[in-house]
Amino acid sequence: MAKMNIIQAVNDALHLAMKSDDNVVVLGEDVGKFGGVFRATVGLQAEFGEDRVIDTPLAEAGIIGAAIGMALYGVKAVAEIQFSDFIFPAYDQIVNELAKYRYRSGGEYPCPMVIRTPVGGGIRGGHYHSQSPESLFVHHAGLVVVAPSNPYDAKGLLLAAIDSPDPVMVLEPKRIYRGPDHGKNWGSHPKGEVPEAHFTVPIGKAAIARELTGEGTPVTIITYGAMVHTCGKAAEEAAKEGIDVELVDLRSLQPYDLDAIVASASKTGRVVIANEAPRMCGYAAEMSAVVTEHCFDWLEAPVTRVTGYDTPFPYTLEFAYLPDTGRVLKALRDVATYA
Amino acid sequence: MSDNLGTTAPHVSVEPVSVMAPDGTVLDQDFVDTIPEADLVALYEAMLAQRVYDDRMIKMQRQGRLGFYLACTGEEACSYGPAYALQAQDWFYPAYREPGIALWRGMPFQAWIDNMVGNCDDPVKGRQMPVHWTARAQNIVSISSPVGTQIPQCVGSAYAAKLRGDDAVSICFFGEGTSSEGDFHVGLNFAGVWKAPAIFFCRNNGYAISTPYEKTTAAKHIALRAHGYGIRGVVVDGNDILAVIKVVREAAEWGRAGHGATLIEAKTYRIAAHSTSDDPTSYRTREEEAHWGERCPLKRLRAYLETKGLWDEAREQACITASSERVISALGVAEGKPHPDLDTVFDDVFAERPAHLQAQYSELKAHLASGQSAYKPK
Ligand SMILES: Cc1ncc(C[n+]2csc(CCOP(=O)(O)OP(=O)(O)O)c2C)c(N)n1
Repeated sequence: MAKMNIIQAVNDALHLAMKSDDNVVVLGEDVGKFGGVFRATVGLQAEFGEDRVIDTPLAEAGIIGAAIGMALYGVKAVAEIQFSDFIFPAYDQIVNELAKYRYRSGGEYPCPMVIRTPVGGGIRGGHYHSQSPESLFVHHAGLVVVAPSNPYDAKGLLLAAIDSPDPVMVLEPKRIYRGPDHGKNWGSHPKGEVPEAHFTVPIGKAAIARELTGEGTPVTIITYGAMVHTCGKAAEEAAKEGIDVELVDLRSLQPYDLDAIVASASKTGRVVIANEAPRMCGYAAEMSAVVTEHCFDWLEAPVTRVTGYDTPFPYTLEFAYLPDTGRVLKALRDVATYA
Repeated sequence: MSDNLGTTAPHVSVEPVSVMAPDGTVLDQDFVDTIPEADLVALYEAMLAQRVYDDRMIKMQRQGRLGFYLACTGEEACSYGPAYALQAQDWFYPAYREPGIALWRGMPFQAWIDNMVGNCDDPVKGRQMPVHWTARAQNIVSISSPVGTQIPQCVGSAYAAKLRGDDAVSICFFGEGTSSEGDFHVGLNFAGVWKAPAIFFCRNNGYAISTPYEKTTAAKHIALRAHGYGIRGVVVDGNDILAVIKVVREAAEWGRAGHGATLIEAKTYRIAAHSTSDDPTSYRTREEEAHWGERCPLKRLRAYLETKGLWDEAREQACITASSERVISALGVAEGKPHPDLDTVFDDVFAERPAHLQAQYSELKAHLASGQSAYKPK
């Protein structure tokens, strides 16, 4: 086991994939010589050359369109979009092309490729370096979407994505790239342990980030990405008040782990769902419907969401806007005491 | 100027327009004579002040007093020049590296600084990152981070002015890296078809973050692309503020005369790092930076002013001191102001706040009142 942060885990995964398969190509803005604005691709160009680690022109539609063409031809492209906020020039390529290639060609042209992109707030990035666009991608059938919350999953999910026969979007929570909390790095955190060898985390499988202790009112939290850590802290606080949290880290948003969701929700009967993105049609809305449809008979309280507000992402008031531990805690109390 | 009415396409010229050599020697005295000496001095003072502001602001960011900053060091002529060349009724769509447009056209200095801090008097109400200001009173449109989006918008404003019969041109700014985005091509094409009085001002500063020009395009000049869209194209020495003023004036005349758009490629160099998040040492050499440092737009205008007896070391130092004091004091004032009100998170999403946003606002207010929020009001 090595100690890694998420950036190092991503870098390590790319390194392994490129080393074991000449057919893997990395492309994106500033990914080559510079190693990416978040340093996720550092060292790759020096080792694998400019033909396989490509500094592209500044054009997201070009990056994704070209990656699609490579994938159709049989080359495995791992594209980086510098911030998910800048993915929209490629939205047409992703939604109308990438997502539908296999289907629209009667299965003749599957399009296995990977898009990595940093998501989420908490880095003082204002409107355009903070958004969480996952629901805009899970909505379009044909795209696999995963969202790691720690270095182990970041590496394992990225390697699984590279192996996948489908197009996969890896949404990397940039706020926790270097540590689970501000000021505390992954080196001192159990989730910072990552095997050095190749391994995969299965797509479509959730993880239980915190198990029930059997003491207190049981409540399920369903979340993913950076919010796993916010919710984990809230769970610790809640334990002091007699609330016993099972924390489901979805890891995969499309497909999602229905069995894990149903197992937890039907066991606790009280469910909080958290996502950083705005509330309206956010991923939590889908999860809320899933829980209600599948677990209605077990529910003891209304399924409760903790989300960003339905406004653009602010700059100065970012930490008022971002769903924090206090808001999760309030939701936990509300569902735990609901009668 | 060639005419755009017959079968010939508007002229594309890649011979860089220059008015002054890098050492300040005048190459086009006739043009220099069109600009009053007092204006030359004022432009120099403004660019020098800008350099001081940029230096100070970067230091402040390093001290943790600003969240972010992005300097225009080396490219001052590319915003002060166009700002000087155009008129009050003209419309501006800056990218993020053209502070001269704000400050020359009269955006209040304190408001510009308040934007850097994101306080309650920030014109954008603390919603965007620093360097994303807005100045409606000066016809300067709100800055976006996604690059290139302003280019077709500029064409729309240019067309709208034409439709209304107004004598206004619209100018947009962007880096050469941005010329790879679809919006650039779409914008130029619309402008060509509509003969819109638009000016596309491309600052070719050599890099898009770490990506050098050769990785942006295989074409020798960005200006060549004008040809494919049937609009005028010119190359200018972007470190020669007088040349910049000259080509922008010509482009504006061309547009006001009903001939349509011009793509201007200003050859310059980003002496600064891309932003405070960047470290250029890993992708370019100190020699290259020094080479361009010698060709910077301030040195050249200063050399000319000195030969004319309009500037000297004493004035230089006085201007540096005054600018430094000005920016430090404005930053102090800005830091002393409170954060924007909580309302600003929910206002301006729509003209009126819908019920669900009102409910979310109440929820957030209660959360803050409970003392459980991660946010500490100021
Ligand atoms: C659509 C989009 N993609 C990526 C980015 C990230 N980004 C910000 S500035 C920049 C480089 C821009 O280079 P250029 O257009 O040459 O302008 P310069 O910064 O050199 O002035 C990039 C890639 C962005 N802001 N918007």
